[in-house]
Amino acid sequence: MERSLTLIALFAALIAALGLIPKLTLAFGVPITAQSLGVMLCGTVLGARRGGLAALLFVALVLLGLPLLAGGRGGLGILATPSVGFVIGFPIAAFFTGFCMEQMPRMQVGWAAGISAALGGILVLYFFGIFGLMMMLQKGPVEAAALVVAFVPGDIIKAILAGVITAGLARARPASVLSRLQ
Amino acid sequence: MISLTSPVETAAHRWPAGAKLGFLCGATVVLFAVQGMLLQAVFLFVLLGLYAAPGRQFLRVGMQRLWVLWPFVGLIAVWHLITWDIAVGVVIGLRMITAVGLANLVTMTTRLEDMMNVVRWLCAPLTWVGVKPERIALAMALVIRFTPVLSGKGKMLTLAWRARSAKRVGWRIVLPFAVLAIDDAEQIAEALRARGGL
Repeated sequence: MERSLTLIALFAALIAALGLIPKLTLAFGVPITAQSLGVMLCGTVLGARRGGLAALLFVALVLLGLPLLAGGRGGLGILATPSVGFVIGFPIAAFFTGFCMEQMPRMQVGWAAGISAALGGILVLYFFGIFGLMMMLQKGPVEAAALVVAFVPGDIIKAILAGVITAGLARARPASVLSRLQ
Repeated sequence: MISLTSPVETAAHRWPAGAKLGFLCGATVVLFAVQGMLLQAVFLFVLLGLYAAPGRQFLRVGMQRLWVLWPFVGLIAVWHLITWDIAVGVVIGLRMITAVGLANLVTMTTRLEDMMNVVRWLCAPLTWVGVKPERIALAMALVIRFTPVLSGKGKMLTLAWRARSAKRVGWRIVLPFAVLAIDDAEQIAEALRARGGL
């Protein structure tokens, strides 16, 4: 019980800290926020339930007024910005990532984590993100999707990294990769 | 850690947080129901008045926080100039600025403790399904305490990287970063158990 709670809390803090580190250059010299990488790791490391709760905790604190989103943003105003879908989608994306991870217990950790991160952290997250853009900007699905398509390559890189990092964690701290413990 | 609450004390700081949130919900519903350009402009004008009332510093910080919307405003402007649908574009833009500004106003005039009390009140029914609100409060406190700790450790990792490499700091520090977070979590869990557990 204590472990679940502290792991959930520390992974929420990890999402926040990844957003605070100034520009992490991921690959090809593209500076992208590592925040959504944190969301993917919640799912791949902690599994569906705990990973989803960690991301939910993070989003709750952002809405309460802590400047934890990348760029020091936060507060209730996030709910009225066009990017609301991406923030609200964080817990669901983490949950779905963890859910996929738990469906592939036999696959190598790195591969399973990479695939899960792509399904949860890209497919599910963009679904909510595009829906938010459609609502807030009053545009159709195609127009809204066109606005975010430029970010997909960066997120594919993040999904691959989530796989590599989760595989590393499974070697470094196998007992803490809860998505692999039954 | 610094929260987004304004240090400039306003009368609204003393209003009950629940009432402010309730009003915000109601006002946002109205904003999205009203389609008239003139009314939306009036709303924005009133909002700017509210920002200006507590003084220059409050206004400046408030406007800085609204500035993040400019890419979206620019996007809407370009879009609706191309489709020649200007009236609709103006309404969407005005409404977005007012809605975000109003919500930011509540955040700027409500202390974190007051927000937490509202959360505690909202979470109270969860006791029926076996979730203890104290645990949620503890988890939130842990995040608030450990975000600066972790980000400090992240900065140490970037320094260590810079000391050893001429290349820019890359994704490779995320793995040790996550290991540090996991180790902290395990140690806090042990400390909680040693003190009688949850």
